[in-house]
Amino acid sequence: MNAHALFTAYITIVLREIRRFTRIWPQTLLPPAVTMTLYFIIFGNLIGSRIGEMGGFDYMSFIVPGLIMMAVITSSYANVVSSFFSMKFQRSVEELLVSPVPNWIILAGYVTGGMARGLGIGFIVTLLSLAFTRLQIHNLPMVVVTVFLTSALFAVGGFINALLATKFDDVSIVPTFILTPLTYLGGVFYSIDLLPEFWQGVSMINPILYMVNGFRFGILGVSDVNPFVSLGMILSFIAVLSFIALRLLARGKGIRH
Amino acid sequence: MTNALEIEGLTKTYGSGFEALKGIDLQVAQGDFFALLGPNGAGKSTTLGIVCSLVTKSAGKVSVFGYDIDTHLSDAKLHLGVVPQEFNFNQFEKVFDIVTIQAGYYGIPLKKAAVSAEKYLKKLGLWDKRNTPARMLSGGMKRRLMIARALVHEPKLLILDEPTAGVDIELRRSMWAFLEEMNRQGTTIILTTHYLEEAEALCRNIAIIDHGRIIRNTSKRELLQQLSLETFLLDSEATLERAPELNGFSCRLDDEGVLEVDVHKGQVLNDVFIQLEQQGIKVVSMRTKANRLEELFIRMVEQNEPAAEAVTEGRK
Repeated sequence: MNAHALFTAYITIVLREIRRFTRIWPQTLLPPAVTMTLYFIIFGNLIGSRIGEMGGFDYMSFIVPGLIMMAVITSSYANVVSSFFSMKFQRSVEELLVSPVPNWIILAGYVTGGMARGLGIGFIVTLLSLAFTRLQIHNLPMVVVTVFLTSALFAVGGFINALLATKFDDVSIVPTFILTPLTYLGGVFYSIDLLPEFWQGVSMINPILYMVNGFRFGILGVSDVNPFVSLGMILSFIAVLSFIALRLLARGKGIRH
Repeated sequence: MTNALEIEGLTKTYGSGFEALKGIDLQVAQGDFFALLGPNGAGKSTTLGIVCSLVTKSAGKVSVFGYDIDTHLSDAKLHLGVVPQEFNFNQFEKVFDIVTIQAGYYGIPLKKAAVSAEKYLKKLGLWDKRNTPARMLSGGMKRRLMIARALVHEPKLLILDEPTAGVDIELRRSMWAFLEEMNRQGTTIILTTHYLEEAEALCRNIAIIDHGRIIRNTSKRELLQQLSLETFLLDSEATLERAPELNGFSCRLDDEGVLEVDVHKGQVLNDVFIQLEQQGIKVVSMRTKANRLEELFIRMVEQNEPAAEAVTEGRK
């Protein structure tokens, strides 16, 4: 396939993914918007007003970057894992396997589709947050780069999960038992300065901490970790997970007999 | 001329240790209409799955129009269209989208894909259903949709795994006519089927696979010449009380009063009619008792138990 044909194949996968999650928007776009609005009302407004400042900002302003990032992470992951696993389940993945699309285009197409949903949700949640707080941007390039890379990273993670999953339970195990705890303990609702020294150290091995703080630095200008270390961590994770995903695809793990 | 498909020493052992293919050699010439027959679990779908990249081979070589799937997989796939046994499209997508998306995977831009999709959806009688979600289609329509999807990129080799399973006889005949037209226009077709009548009606060459080995690979004509006995059913004008005596032929009446006559290879069917005429019995219609190919197939598979040597004969 020449470059033009490869691009056509890539765009076909991306548009198909976008069409899929917009067609079922009450399942894909609405729930995170409702959940995040509740977070803003309960944690930001009601409880937040009693908490006072966090990291030099009122509590609502402090949690907004973390909540946006949480929505981006879960949506990017969920889109790819549910879409690709459904294709496996319905066997429509065979449409891709018999075609000449190279594995890296399949991965890129699904990751871009996941990013489209993750970033779309991020945008919706950002708009909703404006109803509760004034959002300032400290460093726009940092905001954009961090959110794009984080979305890409979790989309790749979702792809690996979908390849390895053999039943619907396997699709929900990682988000429920790994992703959600790591996100909640990744500094979305608090600064790790509040933790005892030992737990601060433990928090530093949580990759989501770097993403939330990199994004928070872009918006508020404050972070528990060096923002460039955050970017380096995200890029490293993307490289490692993409390598694993391509190896699994080449071996036909979960998709070829 | 390069063969449309060449398979050499193909083996497949699944993770469970089951040896599905035990060294298959097969050649399909360009323009052929080829049937791969065999009982359930013989290795037909595994063989075709390997050619289509849905199954990973353990050893051996496969090439499509000269493109080795180990070294030129993308080129091999470009020449290949696949109609699987099971429905394998997204049931929630619309008919037109399923076909154009498949074209997109082959790098065909939407504008060109739409033209090709319209052509094949019209030929297969699905154009009126183009905006219908696939799950709303009948079984026969779903089968035709998979054929349209397989053809949208104009492949030179079309592989069909049980394409008419569960399809009524009228629709089956129209699908046969469509496939014959595709073959006349130059598309090489490889077919697996349980309807041996289908293979007999459509195919020029036939391979029979059993227990992971090719036990016969020859032309249909040569295969049918091996048939040593055929049973004909004759309906007489008058109701017969008992079977007539026919010199040189075994003859009996079935439960419904139809005359069954066994004709061995070398015997002349006219002799039956001459003798019946002499006895004042008028025949108003005649048919063969069983599908000829089916008879042969069953015999060969039975002879192959428990193990067989691979036999490959020249084709006509």
